[in-house]
Parts: sequence; C-alpha cells; structure tokens
Amino acid sequence: MVTVDDFASPVRPTWCTGCGNFAIWNAVKRALAQVGLAPHQVMLVSGIGCGSKLPDYTHANGYMTLHGRTVPVATGVRLANHGLRVICTHGDGDAYAEGLGHMLHAARRNIGLVDIIQDNRIYGLTKGQYSPTSDRGRVSKTSPWGSFELPVNPIALALAAGATFVARSWSGDLNHLTETIVRALGHRGYALIDVFQPCVTFNRQNSYDYYRPRVYNLQDDPTYDVTDKMAAFAKALEWGDRIPIGVFYQVEDRPAYEEQVPALRAGPLAPRPLEKLTPEQVRRLLEEAM
Amino acid sequence: METPEVTIRIGGEAGMGLESSGVGFSQALVRGGLHVFGLPDYHSRIRGGHNFFTVRIARRPLYSHTEPVHLLLALDQETVRRHIGAVVPGGAVVYDEKDGLPDIPRRPDVQYFPIPLSKRAEETGGSAIMRNTLVFAVAAGLIGFDPTYIESVARDNFARKGQAVVDANLRVIEAGVEASRPFQADFPFRMEAVPGAPRRLLLNGNQAFAMGALAGGCRFVAGYPMTPGSPVLEWMAAHAAEYGVVTIQVEDEIAALCMAIGAGYAGVRAMAPTSGGGFSLMVEALGLAGMTEVPVVVYEAQRPGPSTGLATRTEQGDLLFVLHASQGEFPRIVLAPGTVEQAFEAGWRAFNFAERYQTPVIVLSDHYLATSVRDVAPEDLNFDAVVIDRGELLTEAELENLEGEYKRHRFTESGISPRAIPGHPKAVYASSSDEHDEYGHIEENAENRRRMHEKRMRKLEAARAEMRLPTVYGSDDASLTFVGWGSTYGPLREVVDRLNEQGLRARMLHFTDIWPVPEGVERLLTGETVAVEGNYSGQFANLLRMATGHTVSRRILKWDGRPISPEYILRNTEYGIRNA
Repeated sequence: MVTVDDFASPVRPTWCTGCGNFAIWNAVKRALAQVGLAPHQVMLVSGIGCGSKLPDYTHANGYMTLHGRTVPVATGVRLANHGLRVICTHGDGDAYAEGLGHMLHAARRNIGLVDIIQDNRIYGLTKGQYSPTSDRGRVSKTSPWGSFELPVNPIALALAAGATFVARSWSGDLNHLTETIVRALGHRGYALIDVFQPCVTFNRQNSYDYYRPRVYNLQDDPTYDVTDKMAAFAKALEWGDRIPIGVFYQVEDRPAYEEQVPALRAGPLAPRPLEKLTPEQVRRLLEEAM
Repeated sequence: METPEVTIRIGGEAGMGLESSGVGFSQALVRGGLHVFGLPDYHSRIRGGHNFFTVRIARRPLYSHTEPVHLLLALDQETVRRHIGAVVPGGAVVYDEKDGLPDIPRRPDVQYFPIPLSKRAEETGGSAIMRNTLVFAVAAGLIGFDPTYIESVARDNFARKGQAVVDANLRVIEAGVEASRPFQADFPFRMEAVPGAPRRLLLNGNQAFAMGALAGGCRFVAGYPMTPGSPVLEWMAAHAAEYGVVTIQVEDEIAALCMAIGAGYAGVRAMAPTSGGGFSLMVEALGLAGMTEVPVVVYEAQRPGPSTGLATRTEQGDLLFVLHASQGEFPRIVLAPGTVEQAFEAGWRAFNFAERYQTPVIVLSDHYLATSVRDVAPEDLNFDAVVIDRGELLTEAELENLEGEYKRHRFTESGISPRAIPGHPKAVYASSSDEHDEYGHIEENAENRRRMHEKRMRKLEAARAEMRLPTVYGSDDASLTFVGWGSTYGPLREVVDRLNEQGLRARMLHFTDIWPVPEGVERLLTGETVAVEGNYSGQFANLLRMATGHTVSRRILKWDGRPISPEYILRNTEYGIRNA
C-alpha cells in the first residue's frame, strides 16, 4: 500500500512559514497515496519558481525544467512513457506568462497531464513583481503606477481551448485540494487545476483571509452539471465577493492524445527493447527509394 | 555521340510541379542504370516566380551539380532569359511552340526546338499542366533514353490516383517522345540507359538522415514546419505507425525541443528537426539538456540568415551559432554530414553519441544537402554497420541490485553517470536545471558546483577521442589542400578530381565530425590550405584556428544563398574570396 510517507524526501522546503505551497505539496502526496500511485509510477514535472521546487522536496520521479516549459517537457515524458502518471506543478508566471501558449495547446491536444498551477498571483522568487493573474492596478516594483493589464482568466481560457477537465481549488482547504487532485488523476486527458496559493511574503492582498469568505464549492450545488460547457463558462466569469472553486467542467468522451497515436497502441514506448531494424524492414525502406 | 555527362534543366513558375516531376525523372534515370545529381531551386512562394530543377546525368557516380547545361527545358520564356547563358555550345532549348520566343535574342551556337508542349499535353493527357511530364519525355527522346523507365515511375507515382491517371500519364510520355523525333538527329548529347544495371536508390539528405535516425532507434520526433528541416518530420510521420515512432507537430520549436528532451529523459531516443530560425527558439532548451544530462538530437538544416533570410536557399552560416548556443558551458557534439551516405550515418551515430555522453547532439545539414537528390547503391546505406549503443544505461538486473539512494549525477572519472530510465522503484530521482548534487537535488554549494561542472565538461574530452578525422581525398603528395565541411563534400571532390586530372596535386580534407574538433587534425593541415565554405566569414576556418592554431592560406566563401559549384571553387582557387 502506498502511504504519504513514501514520498518523504530528505530535502526540506525553503518555502516561507505559512506559504500556500505546503498545502499543495501535502495534497499531491495525499492524493497519490489515496489512488495508490507509488513514487516510481509518477513523474512530477515543474518549471522555475518557488512552487516549482516541489519535486525537489518529494521522493518521486521528477524533473525541474525551464521557466514556462513545464508542459511541453511533461508532454514529451508522457508520450515516451504513458505508463507514468505525469503531474505538472508550476506557478502562475510559469504557466500563464511564459507558458500560456503551451497550456492552450496542451488543452486542445488533450494530452494526459494533471497540470497543477500554484497561482499566488505574484512573482515570489524574484521578489514581488506583478504576475499575469494579479488584479489590474496591482502596485509592485515593476508596476509603480499599478498594473495596466487585466489578469488572465485561466479557467475560461482552458475551456475555450477545449480542455476536458477544468478545476480550481485553494490552499486553505487541504481536503478539497486533495479531492480535486484525486479526481484529476482519474481523468483520461488534460486536467487543469488552478490553485489559489497565498504568498505570505509578497502578496498580502490575496491572503488566506481574503479567500476564505469568498470561495464556495461548485459541487455543493447538486444541480451544477460539470458536463455543461456554457455553465462552466458562466462560472469561469464569476469573480469578486464570491469565487467558485471545484470542478467547473469535466467530460470523459474525448480520447487523450496518447490514446490516438498509432505507435502507442502497443503500450508505453520507453520500456520497449530498442533493436536494430529487421532485414525485412531494411528491405522495405530501400525499396521505397528505388 | 555518347557524352561523358549531360545536364538537363527544367524551368518555370512555382506551382508547375517542377521539383516533383524533376525528382520523378531522376528516379527514372536511376532505374535506367544512370547516375544522377538533382538540384531543385525554388522561391519561397506557392505560385509564380521562377523555379528550376537541374539534373546532371552520367555513367559514373556523381557527387555534385555543375554549372553547364546541355538541354534547357523552358516551360516559360523567363527560363530562356535566365538560363540561356548556361547552355553549352551545341546544346538546345526546348520551348512551347504556343509561347514562342518573341523578345529573346537567340544564340547562334544553341539550337532551339519548338514543341507544342501545352497542346500535346492537353490532347493526350487532358490537361496542359501535364506538360512537365511531356517535356521530360521529350528530353528522354533527345538523349536517347529509353522512356519505359519514365513509364515505370509514372505507374508507381500515380497508382494511388487510379488507372485513368496512370493511363493519361503514359499517353503524355508517348506523345513527348514522339514530339522529340524531328529533333533527335540534331541534338548531339546522348545518354542511353544501361539495361540490367544493379538497382540503386535515389535520396536526398533529409531522407537519408531520417532513415539513419530510424535505423539508429529514434522513436520520438517533435517539430514545427520550417524549410528545409521539416521534411524529416514528414518522413518520420509517414513511417511512424509501421516502425513505432511517435511524431508530433507542435506549437513552436521551443515545445519541439522541450518535448524531445522530456522523451529523452523518459528513456526514448528523441529528436527535433528544424532550421536555423527554429533552432534559435530551441536555444534555452539545449542548455536544459546539457545541464540535466539528457540525450537528445537536434537536426538543423541551415538556410541563409539572419532572421527569415532566404527561406528556400542554402548557407553554412550557423556553425559557430550551434557551437555556442545557450548560456553557460556544457558539452555538445556537432556532426555535419556532406553526402547522402554520411547523412544516413550521422542519423544513427548522433543517437549513440547522445546516449553515451548524455548530452545534446546537433546534426548540421543545409538546404543543398537536404534537398538535392543523388543515387546510391543499397549497400552504400550500410544498415549492417548500424550500432545501437545506449551507453551507461542501467539494465533491469543492475537496477534491482542498486544499493541505497540512486545518484543520477554520480561523480565518475569519465564524467558519465550510469543512467536509469525513470520508472524503477530502486531508481527514483528528480533532476534539476538548477545546479544540483549527485542525486539531482538543487545545490548551490561552491565545491559541488565546481565538481559537477567539471564532471559534465569531462565528457567532452572522452567524446573528442571518438571524433573522426576528416576524409582525405585526392593526391597523396598534395601541394594544395582544400578544407571543407558538410555539404561542400561533392563540389570539393569534383574539384580535386579535375585538378588532379590536369596534373596538379590537390586533395581535400572534409570534416563531418566538427565538435569536439578531432584529435590530430593539426598533422593534416600542411602546405597551402584553402577553406571552402558557404558563409561570409569562414566560420570553420576560424574554428580550426581556435582549435589548432592553423591559419588557412585562403578562403573561398559564398553567401548569395546558392550552392557552391565546382566551377565556383575553381574560378577562385588561385586568389580566394578572402585571404585569411
């Protein structure tokens, strides 16, 4: 049986006390234990940023890559070995600034990744610049007049791009976060989970106290239909005093990208023995060019 | 009169299907036992402009195009205007009777054959568009080449379009040969088929490289369309289902190399084919592969830059760029094949180097090598010599016997750390693009940094010992040495042959293994040395000076986007384009 302790690493997190990343880290480990995925059966892919150090603190296969390039690297891993459950953990700068294009393409590709965005709505590791999810007017060292841009809406973007699983959770509710990740791990295609992750050092506005009275769980309403895309869009636009969390949208009728690739029908690629072409294969190749 | 060689050039607008029919005609010539070198020349546009395809034909193996043209097939008047100067005395121009040649002064030493190309194509094939097929049949008639070989190619190429299309093509071929009859006696250059000659292949560099990569175990290809590198992705996609290869067209070249790195990390031989512009986007990811010691191959088919440059033309301007691309220092290996055979070999060698040294390998090609077609014998693509050497990859049994926590980046004397493919319970690890310790954990300690950086860089020294010295071709006691790399192999070889036939003592040193510069190169750089390169500055000559201290005597350079011909080298051999 897989337990949370199986994922214990000797490396201690360098996150600030109270950082929302601790909850995400714990939720990932709890979710993996709950679904019975052992450390060698998963691959945690991250980019660069405070949250992207998560694989370093977790005993599991992992790869800490480039800022913004988490998703394409993870896609390569998944296509090379879809026997591994590939989970991305990266921040809002990584996912929605440098990596936004990749996110949209991963969504339309429906590649089998669980994409967890540690969305603290600020740049932490570079000490406090405004991020793509910062509210308009955010004053920071690089936006002394308040930022002029609107924040991106990752939920609406993912829906528009054709994502088959779109969810939001937050670091103040470990159980909800764990449940959401568990549910995403059961999804066959691309699963986006945007996680509100309070940054206690550089973002005093979007704190635990800010989110707690505002968030409500979509799944508390038994009439909410997760397969209704228009309803999901409507909820994606809801913002302000009440902010929905939970699964906005989930459909299982679209095959994952890797399910459609002819070369992968025989199973994952990486474990297959690599051998020279047979004389018959060589003959066919030569024949083509004659 | 049987001649040693014949060059036929067809010219017209984009959209007339010159390249595909030119390659088809070349294929027919090869089936007819002849040797060919076919060179497309086209604009970066879908319609209009001026495109041409040149095929050089001989009864001995050819390695290069040359400048003189014996037969010019003009599908428009522009072709005559542009290429009449290349036609040899006694040569001929075939043009469409319908268009005539009203405004073009005629050369008295060249013959002009008016033939109703459009009319006959329409009458026999049902469409004037088929006049490219018709005019090649005219050419076959003029040189005395048996048209049944053209028919056999038409049958194969059009079979999937149905018997009606095949029949139309056969009628057009017959009409073309018929139309050539009144002129056959006047055309002096003959090149008859060699019945019963052993079968040979017709390939361009892209195809040969892709075939070598497949033979070498490449099982993952990610790319974004860009001339002239993306035909490698297309070739692989066409063979993906049959040979178990994952191919994916991605959103940009950043994603292409990142995906290939992800696949390489997961244990699959992976590559990203591209051109210089795409490689520019891959630069940061290249460093990721270097830092995290991931085997990956990049195929970079150069075209003239900077920026968009000349999209459909050739240059060797990216050498020092690929050598230095990405921040910081890390080992990389650069190969630059010069022929179809070498491109095939580079295909599988690249993957062995990538896995043995756990680092990125770049194969530098260019438009000239990538797109020009040449015939080779089946045994010239040496599948038997292909080796799949995965280097220090831990076996299942070795993984089972691992004691303690697995160290992905273990300090070793060679710098190579035994690699585990992720997925085994005894070898769970996470590597990082941050500087890391032996386990892969992020580590800023100075001593660790010093040792880890040295460990990575040491791999380059081991690799250097494996790099091949240049091919030496020509006179044993040469007084003149040409130095080239990559696609200049063919033109250089032709130059050396011609000079030695004239009694001069010339040789060439042709490099395919560029970086790390092979050991012992200095010994070969003797006498008068002339660097020949398709770029402005002589990048390889500069690299050689950096690596060996040798300064070449002269440089023959070219940067107009057109391939270097043997004649260009010969014209400039005495003085060079630039002195070193």
